[in-house]
Amino acid sequence: MSSNLSKRSLLKLAGWASLAATAALVGCGKKEEAATPAASEASAAASAAAAVGPLKIAFAYVGPVGDAGWTYAHDQGRLAIEKEFGDKVKTSFVEKVPEGPEAERVIRDLVGQGNILVFGTTFGYMEPMLKVAADNPSVKFEHATGFKTAPNMRTYDSRTYEGAYMAGVIAGSMTKSNTLGVVGSIPIPEVIRNINAFTLGAQSVNPKVKTKVVWVNAWFDPPKETEGAQSLLNQGADVLFQNTDSAAVLQTAEKAGKYAFGWDSDMSKFGPKSHLASAVINWGPYYVKATKDALEGTWQTGGVWWGVKEGAIDLVSVSDAVPAEVKAKVDTVKAGLKDGSFAIWKGPIVAQDGKEMVAKDTVADDKFLGGINFYVKGVEGSIPSGK
Amino acid sequence: MTGLTPESLALLLAATLNAGTVVALASLGLLINERAGVLNLGAEGMMLVAAIAGFATGVNTGSDWLGFAAGAAAGALMAGAFGALVIWLNTNQYATGLALSLFGAGLSAFVGISYTQQRLPERPHFAIPGLADLPFVGPALFRQHPLVYITIALAIGLGWFLMRSRGGLVLRAVGESPESAHALGYAVRPIRLLAVMTGGALCGVAGAYISLAYTPLWVEGMVAGKGWIALALTTFATWRPGRVLLGAYLFGGVTMLQFQLQGQGVQIPSQFLTMLPYVATIVVLVLISRNPTWIRINMPASLGKPFHPGA
Repeated sequence: MSSNLSKRSLLKLAGWASLAATAALVGCGKKEEAATPAASEASAAASAAAAVGPLKIAFAYVGPVGDAGWTYAHDQGRLAIEKEFGDKVKTSFVEKVPEGPEAERVIRDLVGQGNILVFGTTFGYMEPMLKVAADNPSVKFEHATGFKTAPNMRTYDSRTYEGAYMAGVIAGSMTKSNTLGVVGSIPIPEVIRNINAFTLGAQSVNPKVKTKVVWVNAWFDPPKETEGAQSLLNQGADVLFQNTDSAAVLQTAEKAGKYAFGWDSDMSKFGPKSHLASAVINWGPYYVKATKDALEGTWQTGGVWWGVKEGAIDLVSVSDAVPAEVKAKVDTVKAGLKDGSFAIWKGPIVAQDGKEMVAKDTVADDKFLGGINFYVKGVEGSIPSGK
Repeated sequence: MTGLTPESLALLLAATLNAGTVVALASLGLLINERAGVLNLGAEGMMLVAAIAGFATGVNTGSDWLGFAAGAAAGALMAGAFGALVIWLNTNQYATGLALSLFGAGLSAFVGISYTQQRLPERPHFAIPGLADLPFVGPALFRQHPLVYITIALAIGLGWFLMRSRGGLVLRAVGESPESAHALGYAVRPIRLLAVMTGGALCGVAGAYISLAYTPLWVEGMVAGKGWIALALTTFATWRPGRVLLGAYLFGGVTMLQFQLQGQGVQIPSQFLTMLPYVATIVVLVLISRNPTWIRINMPASLGKPFHPGA
């Protein structure tokens, strides 16, 4: 009897545990709004466009606003809209919207509340937004980091690799072991592109540099990010870079007396000694433009990819530990990216195995960048999903 | 394979001990719980609440130890509420534990809002004088956070307590056959509550370790599933403290090793490597506990079942 019993309770335990996982995934989509929706004018505003009352704009965030990373940066962009347009607009947001079916419900809800412009700030909202967009042709949809569009849905993204390249210039100058470490999140082209750009930036000042990569296979898992960072330090890396959302990598470097960078938002306060600079995304300029388009009736579908040139990417809070001549080099790169005189992806760009991917004096186009699936020479290891 | 010098092995060992400590502590706490016949699926929630309680205390007082005390208190308090519900009101242990986890996740996020941007004050690093300067093993084994050593001592002490002391016998009796323990005159319910709160306190220390020492910052959801791993480990270790320790370090070790292999460019998909610690821990512990009579002997017979005195 007791063996039966234990089996049954173990099964039960497993059942509850999987239920818990599901509940945690689904149940976390709790809804919080910054502005109280004015119920009475909602339906009116939906049909009467921007002429009457403020333009209602809504954001769906994948994380909590206060995490000092991806979602925090988007919310700064929302605040930029409010600052620019004042009472001509009314913004609200829903945070921690899970990617998938729950997102569709939330986005539909946002449309139902009379929002005319809706921003979805993560890749996983692409399909749900497409569905809602098809049913609501009078509403404009903006989707971050995706590749599918509709007549009333466009995509926007930022050239995060430009920040990674500038960080690389500093890393290549500061390393003593000539070994850099990157804590990668999910092995997709965007992240691989950042690792390559970081390495190219470092090699531009220090050809001997090697980059080691560990993948944590998550955007956000602080203990795992810590373990990945620790492992890179154990293997001799003395400057760390990350494509993950928390400040864990920076903290690990701080404890070990090594250097690291902030990502997405300014993380300098988390590592007063270790922080070299933060590569930040500034969504403000694009969000202001999108709002302007909607207000003035000039909104058009398409795809937008903004970088340093448009003020969407920057390298900020450069540490005092970085020598003046290195800072000057970064400024030269930044200026070149701004006026278009400097190209990061100018050949020859050679893959890890020595194969030439971009020919001499050719500049890779955005289509090439969008599908990057190789490490440049100097990066060690192999891409997990690779051929 | 390059890079596996004695020095890097020592570093690997150090990181392993560090990585295993969180899971070991929480799992030892849950073991006490379950030995008393109470299953608490709320570990993740208790750890999250303890992580923010510990971090907030650390930031405001500058003292790690006060932080750990606050974490333990928060864990014990959460467990106390859980205990009152399942022991006296006989609510379903599975459902109540899950509710505790969800509640803890929400509460910690709410309380922690103003702490996401804060930083702990600078604290000195710990080292055992003399031993810490030994070549190779010194930096690895004797420069750890004190809690790493305390955890090992705790596992040994707990093993002795359960099997060799009268208190341990009573605790096991309460978990095996509460009716008999009751008939012998032991206060089953208070003993269970004590066990649950002690377990909660240990989960709390584990949570505080994450936010004070392991990843010294507060971000929402930062326990990232370690509570669930600890729960699983308690079962796979067949409720034995030594095996809990072994499983936790095995888990930490394989986790660190897979990062090491990735950094060295071993041609295995990283997704597979990421899975390795879970699989390796389960395989090893299942092999150890393959003898079905051992599991039967070890699994507290009344685990998860309510107890009605006098019924």
